[in-house]
Amino acid sequence: MILPALFFYLFAAVCVASAVMVIVSKNPVHSVLYLILAFVNASGLFVLMGAEFLAMILIVVYVGAVAVLFLFVIMMLDVDFTELREGFLQYMPIGLVIGGIFLFELLLTVSYWVINPTTAKTITAAIPTNVTNTEALGLVLYTKYVHYFQLSGMILLVAMIGAIVLTLRHKASVKRQDINVQNARTPEMAMAVRKVAVGQGLQDTDAAEWVK
Amino acid sequence: MTIGLGHYLAVAAMLFTLGILGIFLNRKNIIVILMSVELILLAVNINLVAFSTFLGDIVGQVFALLVLTVAAAEAAIGLAVLVVYFRNRGSIAVEDVNLMKG
Repeated sequence: MILPALFFYLFAAVCVASAVMVIVSKNPVHSVLYLILAFVNASGLFVLMGAEFLAMILIVVYVGAVAVLFLFVIMMLDVDFTELREGFLQYMPIGLVIGGIFLFELLLTVSYWVINPTTAKTITAAIPTNVTNTEALGLVLYTKYVHYFQLSGMILLVAMIGAIVLTLRHKASVKRQDINVQNARTPEMAMAVRKVAVGQGLQDTDAAEWVK
Repeated sequence: MTIGLGHYLAVAAMLFTLGILGIFLNRKNIIVILMSVELILLAVNINLVAFSTFLGDIVGQVFALLVLTVAAAEAAIGLAVLVVYFRNRGSIAVEDVNLMKG
């Protein structure tokens, strides 16, 4: 019985410590790596709570997609990150005061708080005991909450289209294939027949003209 | 030494506070601000899953899944906006974003 408690404290401690490192690291790449550590430990907490499916999804989505996206953007942008750290100490006191008050209030609320006994009787969809967590989640997600499921799919679609539209750009210097222009090409546009005088050849200026 | 609901809520409260503190401390670095928002959403997810488990109601996990979806979409859009802003201005300092003088 002591093992789950030990693992809880391990995961919780590493999670909170790496969250601290995310916000105080000098190098944003280190921040992303600590963010990955925080998410892996949070998924450990999810496993302890019995939400195995969400734990695995957390690793797949965050470590596999979001963190890699962050790393990609940090390495793609040529930014002087030391310059961006100015004002760190300036905002430290006010941030610590507000954060301290906030944490104190939250912990106070958490410690002096009980669940209303009638709440336990108003459960919408009880966790079934005879099936796995994934199956239990699917049993409600695809039936009772199918509209939310579809809506989240639409959100992802809009986000994908939005990200592509925002970042797509056409450089004038990059030649692109235009199939309509290619199909509209006639022999007259592409070829020119010249009478070349003997011993003179074709001048460069002429050549440049019809190559266009 | 049994681990109850309060323990998980305490961890989530700490993560949430750290996310808010990160927004205060890194006022200029929008990449770290986005990571702090991810931390805040993670704290929300821990709360949802903890209540789901300790109340025996699986709906909390469904909502955690939806929060995860929105968080991923938000990160993608946020970073795309960041890339476009960097292309236009050559910098990602948040304090320079005052063109509209609102």
